[in-house]
Amino acid sequence: MAAVTRESPGTADTAPPVPRRAPLMTRLRRIGLPYLLCVPAIVLELLVHVVPMLAGVVMSFYHLTRLYLRNWQNAPFAGLSNYKVSLQLDNAVGQSLLASFARSIAFTVLSVGFAWLLGFGASVVLQGKVRGRGFWRTLFLFPYALPLYASVFTWTFMFQRDNGLINQLLVHDLHLFTPDKAPFWLLGGNSFYALVITEIWQKWPFAFLMLMAGMQNIPGDLFEAASIDGAGVGMQIRKIVMPMLRPVNVVVILVLFLWTFNDFNTPYLLFGFGSVPDQADLLSIHIYSSTFQNQNFGLGSAQSVLLLLFLLVVTAVYLMVTRRRRDAV
Amino acid sequence: MLSDPVWFRWVRRVFLTLLAVFTLVPIYVMVTTGLKSLSDVNGDFTWLPNLNVSAFVDMWSTIPLGRYFLNSVIVCTTAAVLSVLVAMLAAYALSRYRFPGRGVFSTTVLSTQMFPGILFLLPLFLIFVNIDNTLGFSLFFGTRFGLILTYLTFTLPFAIWMLTAYFDSIPRDLDQAAMVDGAGPLGALFRVVVPTALPGIVAVTVYAFMTAWSEVLFASVMTTPASRTLAIGLQEYSTSTNVYWNQLMAASFVVSIPVVALFLLLQRYLVQGLTAGAVK
Repeated sequence: MAAVTRESPGTADTAPPVPRRAPLMTRLRRIGLPYLLCVPAIVLELLVHVVPMLAGVVMSFYHLTRLYLRNWQNAPFAGLSNYKVSLQLDNAVGQSLLASFARSIAFTVLSVGFAWLLGFGASVVLQGKVRGRGFWRTLFLFPYALPLYASVFTWTFMFQRDNGLINQLLVHDLHLFTPDKAPFWLLGGNSFYALVITEIWQKWPFAFLMLMAGMQNIPGDLFEAASIDGAGVGMQIRKIVMPMLRPVNVVVILVLFLWTFNDFNTPYLLFGFGSVPDQADLLSIHIYSSTFQNQNFGLGSAQSVLLLLFLLVVTAVYLMVTRRRRDAV
Repeated sequence: MLSDPVWFRWVRRVFLTLLAVFTLVPIYVMVTTGLKSLSDVNGDFTWLPNLNVSAFVDMWSTIPLGRYFLNSVIVCTTAAVLSVLVAMLAAYALSRYRFPGRGVFSTTVLSTQMFPGILFLLPLFLIFVNIDNTLGFSLFFGTRFGLILTYLTFTLPFAIWMLTAYFDSIPRDLDQAAMVDGAGPLGALFRVVVPTALPGIVAVTVYAFMTAWSEVLFASVMTTPASRTLAIGLQEYSTSTNVYWNQLMAASFVVSIPVVALFLLLQRYLVQGLTAGAVK
């Protein structure tokens, strides 16, 4: 940072030193400038993020149904009943919410786990001066660069029962099933796995990108010293790569978790715009349909608030645990 | 680098080959299916197409693809450019000034990034509809303007974050030299900082554009047939009687070209910007 005299708290620390008798207006302008620069961003954030979020919290306390959409001021106050309905396990609403929550957890654990594993594997084998490194990186970034819907539609086509690639492979090429027993991938139990595979395909390049960048920051002498001491590849991965990569891993896993858990687009598109089979009904889809298809906006808001609270708690606990462990080491 | 015994070289070859197959198969399917006729597509899946480019012609008339394309281009370009302009100002303040509220501002902005979209969707929808009702005409709901405003804000947190990092890497002496020459802070920003950070700024703009181009959730609720974007419009290839898979794949391929081309062109800067925060 350049050496500047700091005049008073709140004054820009990079501004040229203010002459003693600068006119008041000039000084005010200097103090106000950073705020002024942030005003457009603040206004937009308020309008599109903060106010709607607060409005969502307020709405969750009302019986806001289709009837009150145009005159929402008249919607009857509901107290905590939207929350009670969502959390009570003796009714259908609560049970299905819990089921879709559990499904989202399973979906997230599987998708993030495999996405991380593939990304980590690729960045380990491409560590250092591997020939064609740039080529592989560009190739693996394609799923990340493609618009999400283009890739999801392609997966939908590949998972078609009668004219898709997957069944062509399983039924006609490998003869694992007879044609009349060809599996359905977008209906029933398999739809969950179809969803997980599609999600992994999209997300693993992100893990790869981040981990590869993190890997580049590991000093090369560490590996050389270790290999002189006789440590093999496995040992080097365990004793050098894993600890050095820890901070990057913490961030990558958190970001992947939040993205995947909140993912709405993939299930929404994969099964043909919203007709999601029960076995793939994730939390985001569940809230969307209870809000827009059943037109119960109060209930939908309450469930979104619950989702947010869950994410906040998980993030806070995760950061606390990872930080404490780092301090302990 | 890691030790490189022979067995590890084989692990590398096998692993990279498998990953390449996994990555490329859907892309191959997308491209070749676009090159098939509808009757071929409806039959058993074949690896090699009997070349037929009719899908690339017919896709423009089966649905108003041109209009959706235009909507997407207008909405995403405007949103990306405005988002970066707004982010540039805020990032300059965050990078060059220490002011009370700075920490709160940057934390709040960044944390909105992790909130589920579904949480804002409904209230934002209601707010837009109700403002429009009060005004008596559609300003926000179902218009390109409303969508631009939404996308612009969505990409804002990340743009601010990335640009602040870029600006931090530019020596402050440069701004000060400009100010000594009589430029104000804004002059320093636009005449010195922006030109120096240009690759980063372009990368952030492309990133914002890509994010908007792929957005589905808000487009599904906030658009009408007139303002519909590609993300939602492409579903119309699936009708109650038939799915025009060849045209859907051809259209998916064509709409991917702009973003993939931009991405590849600016790969180095994008990767730098994306990884900077996590790796530092």
